[in-house]
Amino acid sequence: MTRAFWIAVRMTIVLTVLLGFIYPIGMVVMGHVLFPHEAKGSLVQRDGVVVGSSLIGQNFSSQKYFHPRPSAAGDKGYDASNSSGSNLGPTNKTLIDTVRKRLKDTEETENVPASSVPIDMVTASGSGLDPDISPADALLQADRIARARGISQDTVRQLIDQNTDGRWMGIFGEPAVNVLALNIALDNLGGGQKQAAQPSGTVAVVGK
Amino acid sequence: MTTNAIIQVAVFFAILTAVSIPLGLYIARVFAAEHTFMDPVLVPIERLIYRLGGVDPNAEMTWFEYAIAMLMFSLVGMLLLYAFERLQGFLPFNPQGMGAVAPDLAWNTAASFTTNTNWQAYGGESTMSYLTQMAGLAFHNFVSAASGIAVAIAVIRGFVRKSARTLGNFWFDLTRATLWVLLPISVVFALVLIWQGVPDNFSPYTHAKTVEGAEQVIAQGPVASQEIIKELGTNGGGFFNANSAHPYENPTPLTNLIEIVAIFVIGAALTHTFGKMAGDRRQGWTLFAAMAFLFFVGVFVAIACEQGGNPQFAKMGINQAPSATQSGGNMEGKEVRFGIVDSALFATVTTDTSCGAVDSMHDSYTPLGGFIPLLNMQIGEIIFGGVGSGLYGMLVMAVLSVFIAGLMVGRTPEYLGKKIEGREMKLAMLFVLIFPAVILLPAGVAVVTQAGLSSISNPGPHGFSQILYAYTEASANNGSAFGGLNANTPFYNWTLGFVMLFGRFLMKIPVLAMAGSLVGKKSVPVSAGTFPTTGFVFVMLLVGVIMIVAALTFFPADALGPIVEQLAMRAGHLY
Repeated sequence: MTRAFWIAVRMTIVLTVLLGFIYPIGMVVMGHVLFPHEAKGSLVQRDGVVVGSSLIGQNFSSQKYFHPRPSAAGDKGYDASNSSGSNLGPTNKTLIDTVRKRLKDTEETENVPASSVPIDMVTASGSGLDPDISPADALLQADRIARARGISQDTVRQLIDQNTDGRWMGIFGEPAVNVLALNIALDNLGGGQKQAAQPSGTVAVVGK
Repeated sequence: MTTNAIIQVAVFFAILTAVSIPLGLYIARVFAAEHTFMDPVLVPIERLIYRLGGVDPNAEMTWFEYAIAMLMFSLVGMLLLYAFERLQGFLPFNPQGMGAVAPDLAWNTAASFTTNTNWQAYGGESTMSYLTQMAGLAFHNFVSAASGIAVAIAVIRGFVRKSARTLGNFWFDLTRATLWVLLPISVVFALVLIWQGVPDNFSPYTHAKTVEGAEQVIAQGPVASQEIIKELGTNGGGFFNANSAHPYENPTPLTNLIEIVAIFVIGAALTHTFGKMAGDRRQGWTLFAAMAFLFFVGVFVAIACEQGGNPQFAKMGINQAPSATQSGGNMEGKEVRFGIVDSALFATVTTDTSCGAVDSMHDSYTPLGGFIPLLNMQIGEIIFGGVGSGLYGMLVMAVLSVFIAGLMVGRTPEYLGKKIEGREMKLAMLFVLIFPAVILLPAGVAVVTQAGLSSISNPGPHGFSQILYAYTEASANNGSAFGGLNANTPFYNWTLGFVMLFGRFLMKIPVLAMAGSLVGKKSVPVSAGTFPTTGFVFVMLLVGVIMIVAALTFFPADALGPIVEQLAMRAGHLY
C-alpha cells in the first residue's frame, strides 16, 4: 500500500512535467511558429488599434451598423472575459417576456412584421459572444443600414454576401455572417457614398 | 427533420466508423506491447517514465493490486490539483493575477477533474490561472482518461485470459494509454484547432477598443492544447465558462466536427479492441451495433425537438422555420454557426459519453430535447461512452443480458466462454444499483432543503430537472449542466463532489473485482446450448435490457421533470 502510494507520487510528478508543462508549452511554441495570428486570438487591428477579435462578437447599437444577437455575457452583454448563455428554460416566463420585448423592439427598429423576424435575432447565444448572425437576420437589417448610410440596398446585400460563410463542405454547420467583418467592410465603403470607395482606414490583422 | 440534418449525422457517423476501426486495432497492439509505428519515438520516453516513476512494467497485478494502484494515483493527483488551485496566486503563469480558489470550490473541482467528470461550478476565464488550467486541469484530462482506458483493458483481460490470476500492470497500461493513444492525437489535432482559430498563448487578456469605442476585455490562454484532450479524453471541462459554445474553443463547423469525432472515437475504437483481444471481431461489432442504434434514436429525437422550436415563440409569430438563410428552431442558447443540427448532435454525443463539453446551453433546450442528454446519462453513458468506462459499462450490461437470457432458457449463462455465476452477478448488480442510488438520494435531499432549492434558476418542473440533471451528470461523471442552477454553493460543491467520487470509484471497483473473478475461470467450449452473444438478436436483447434497467430506475423522477414540463409547454403554461 505504501509502496503503491510512493510510486503514485513519483508517477504524478513525472506525468505532470510531461503533460502539464512540456506538452502545453510545446503546443504554444508550435502554434506561434505555424499560425501566429490564430494562436494570438485572431485579433483585428484598425489604424493600429486592436478593435477586437474576428472570432469574438462585440456590441453594435448605432443605426449605421449591423447589430449582433442579444448577449447574456456579463451585465451589459458581450463581456469577453465572462462568457455565458442565459440558461433560461423554455417555460420560464422571464425568457418569454424578454423575447417578446426584443421582438417588439426589432419590429420598430427594422420596420418589419414579426413573421419576417428570424429566431436567432431575438434569442441569446450560448456563449454570449456569438460573432455571427444568420443571413436572414442580416438581410432584414439591410434596409435600415442602406438608409442610415445613404447607400443602395444592393451594395449592402453584396457586402452581406461577401461576408457570409457557407456550410463547411456544403454539409456541416449553418451559413453565418460575421458581424464585425461586415461592419468594418461597411466603414471601408466610405460614408455617404453609393459606390465602394478607397478604404477609409487600413484594416490589418495582427501577426500576419 | 431537414435533409441536411440526416446527411450531417450520416457523414459524421461514417467518419467515426472509418476512423475507429484502425484505431481500435492499433490500441490492441499497444497493450499487447506489439510493434507499432510510434515505437521508435515513444519507447525511449516510456522507459524513462518507468525509471523515474520507479515502476516495474512487467509486474503483474491482481484485481485488488490494480485497484489500489489506480486509487492511489487518483488520490495523489487530486491533492496536487487542490494545491494548485489554493496556491495559484503565488505561482507563475498567472498574468491576470487570479487569487486562491475557495476551499469548497477547489475541493469540488479537484474531485471533478480526477473523476473525469469536469463539472465546473466556476467560469474558467474568471477563476483559474493558466498554470492551474494546464498543469492542474489539463493534466487530469489526460490521466483520468488514461486510467479509464487502463481499467477497460484490464476488464477485457479478465474475460479473455484463462485460468489466470492477474489483470496486467496499471502503470504500464496508464503510460501506454497516455503516450501511444492520447498524446500523439492531441498534438496533431491541437495544431488543427489552432489553424482554425483556437488561440494558444500565455498572453494577458486583450484590451480591445471596439468599433463603437467601448472597451472589451478578451480572455486568452493556452486553449488549444487543453481543448483537444478535453474532447478526446471525454473530460469536457471548458477553458472558458461557455465551453465549446465559446468561439475561441470551437470557432468553426470544422472544429465542431473534429470535437464530436474526438469525443466518440476512443469509445468506438475500444469495441474493436475488445473484439480483437477476444479473438472474435464480431463480439466487438455487436457492442458497436447496440451503441450505434441507441445513438441514432437519441440524436434524431433531439434534433426534431429542437428544430420544432418553442410554441410560445410561434404564437408571437416569430419565424422558426429552417430555411436556406437561417437554421430556425429553438435558438436560445445556441450559436449561429452551429444552428440546431450541430448543437443537438453535440449534445447527444457529449452525453452518450462521459464528456460533458457543450456547444449549446442544455438548460435552454425544449423539455424533450433536454431529456435526451439526461436519458443518455441515465442509461449509464454506454453509447461509445467515456473512454474506457463506456466499454466496461457496456460489458456489465452484456453480462446482465446473458444472465437474463440464461434465466429464460434455463441454462448457465456464459459470456466469451466464461461462466457467469453468483459472484459476477452480485458485482454486476452493485454496479447497476450504486449509480441510481448516488443520483436519486442526494437529489431527493436537495428538493426538500432550502440549500438545495435556493439554487434553482428556472421555476416549475424545469427547476426539478435542473437538480436531477446535476446529480445525474455528477454520478455519471459527465460534467455537462443545466447551467442555470447556481452550483457554486457549499451545499452543491460538497454533495456533488462526493457523488462524483462515488460514481467513479464505487463503480470501477466492482467492475475490476468482477474481472478478477472471471480471469481465474476456465473457458467453456462453445456448444449447441451456448447462447450466441453476437448478431441481431443479441443486439436487441442488449438494447432492451439497457432501456428496461434505466426506465425502471429513473422513469418516476423523469416524469416529474422533463415530461411534465413538455405537457406544460404544450398547454401554454409558464412559470
